[in-house]
Amino acid sequence: MIGLGRLGRLALIAVPFLWLALFFLLPLVIVVKISLAESTLGIPPYKPLFASAGGFKLQATLANFALIASDDLYMRAYIGSLGNAALATLLCLLLGYPIAYAIARARGPQRQLLLFLVMLPFWTSFLIRVYSWIAILEPNGLLNGLLMKLRLISAPLPLLNNQFSVGLGLVYSYLPFMILPLYGSLSALDQNLVEAAADLGARPWRAFLGVTLPLTLPGIAAGSLLVLIPAVGEFVIPDLLGGPDTLMIGKVLWDEFFNNRDWPVAAAVAVVLVAALAVPLLAAQRLLERARGA
Amino acid sequence: MALLKITGVTKRFGATAAVDNISLTVDRGALFALLGPSGCGKTTLLRIIAGFETPDSGRILIDGLDVTALPPYARPVNMMFQAYALFPHMDVAANIAFGLRQDRMDRRRIAARVEEMLALVQMSDCARRRPHELSGGQLQRVALARALAKAPKLLLLDEPLAALDRKLRAQTRVELTRIQEEVGITFLIVTHDQEEALSTASRVAVMNRGRFVQIGAPATIYERPNSRFVADFVGEVNLFDGEVTLRSDGPALAAAGFDEPIPLPKSTELPQGIAASLAVRPEKLVLSGAAPAGFAIAARVASIGYLGGGSIVHLSAGEGRALKAYLSGPAASRFDRGAAVWAQWPAEEGVVLTE
Repeated sequence: MIGLGRLGRLALIAVPFLWLALFFLLPLVIVVKISLAESTLGIPPYKPLFASAGGFKLQATLANFALIASDDLYMRAYIGSLGNAALATLLCLLLGYPIAYAIARARGPQRQLLLFLVMLPFWTSFLIRVYSWIAILEPNGLLNGLLMKLRLISAPLPLLNNQFSVGLGLVYSYLPFMILPLYGSLSALDQNLVEAAADLGARPWRAFLGVTLPLTLPGIAAGSLLVLIPAVGEFVIPDLLGGPDTLMIGKVLWDEFFNNRDWPVAAAVAVVLVAALAVPLLAAQRLLERARGA
Repeated sequence: MALLKITGVTKRFGATAAVDNISLTVDRGALFALLGPSGCGKTTLLRIIAGFETPDSGRILIDGLDVTALPPYARPVNMMFQAYALFPHMDVAANIAFGLRQDRMDRRRIAARVEEMLALVQMSDCARRRPHELSGGQLQRVALARALAKAPKLLLLDEPLAALDRKLRAQTRVELTRIQEEVGITFLIVTHDQEEALSTASRVAVMNRGRFVQIGAPATIYERPNSRFVADFVGEVNLFDGEVTLRSDGPALAAAGFDEPIPLPKSTELPQGIAASLAVRPEKLVLSGAAPAGFAIAARVASIGYLGGGSIVHLSAGEGRALKAYLSGPAASRFDRGAAVWAQWPAEEGVVLTE
């Protein structure tokens, strides 16, 4: 970095560092702190960690975590969330890869149009887009109406308020987050490498598995994280499209926080969620590093 | 015997024909060069032979087999890409083994063949390195080894030396001819560098605007160009345009800007008054400080470029006419910038061109 002294470099690195410390690390510390506190009636609805009366006394507790571990509602919600999110990520990958591939291979103006279409949904509120699925999927909604008019079915299909509608909502909402990093990876791929593979005798499918796929792993990892992480904590989609059997951790967290007003348990739920998500995050990080080392 | 036979191949991109009704025969074991300026269609022709482009018309036969409709992976042809196109996620050995693995060859035989190829290009020490850990010259060797590993009937090389620096280029050129002789595979080199084409190839096809302008041995291409384009594109040249005038002492060229007609080789058989060009290579020019006997062009030394083994002397012959003379050894040191000199050459060394 020319023309930027030691102080300048420090100042530059300090900007993202301070940003992350202030808006990521500090809130996380506060959440961890609340998760270790006891619940109480009041504002805020938890006791301080250090009792001021009667000298300096730590009153941290792991009771909230014990509650999460003992009540299998939480465990089922975590597993349900992770399962739904993992399935949605897989479906997004299977759908998004061919779409991203086609966009990356399209000619200039077509490519611009297709990219624009991928990003077009962001112009409307996320909430409205999820709501509109209710109108499409409900028993007397657009889809059932059409199928019945075409006489393909005689009674409405149960499309709403079940696992299907939650999965559909997740895939629909998060597909662009898969497509965009995949598109980035695929459009940066040197087409000569694919041609070289074909030239050396690789049929298209083997060229794809041997060259295209391994070289787009960074895009796959980035896209998968961008879908998986928000999908695990998703609240709106299971709330609007889910049914009585839909158990997702985002909804549990919401209920603890707003309905039960039990901040410490809600915070503990969040802490466990962050810890659970750190595992795939670190795995993907390793994958990216290995790919970059290539 | 013909290994590669191309007949009437045309490829259009929109309205322009990148390759325009080309026919070519390359002999088995030859080192054949396609030489032309960028955009002349030589790379398109190479890609048609490799199978990456489909010709609009014409046929391609390799060793008697019509490959026109075959996909790239089914052709007995391998290509060395201009930027090498080595797989960045594989080490050197895996890159070389890639083609062999596609044939589902036995593991041990693959390993043995990879060893053999590494030895051929003198890269045995680098088998476990990744492409990003190699220098330009090493990358070039690995690319060559990978393309040769499957022992193709025909090896296509797209500007094989373009990415190397000058010194390495000269070394690699020698190396390339050695390897070609050793493996006995027919090489088809595409290049825009006339030095590369002339020094490596046994035959050269000069290409312009999608067509072959001249095909022949390197010496023929250089000494006996058949058109203004070839004379100008291959090497340095002095070109004179004018009309043929038949005089008592032989044919001559009445060129604009010269009072006296320029003598042409005695063998010139062109009618009076026809438009023609005369090409004279710079090394044919002889410079003298005083007016010599016979035809000579009076000029001034504009600049002298020292090249080590000799010098290129730029002359201005008035009215913006520039000449180039190549003097070997220290001969150019006799002349100063701005000095008056007379340039002449044996009339028989000029080449008369009508195209």
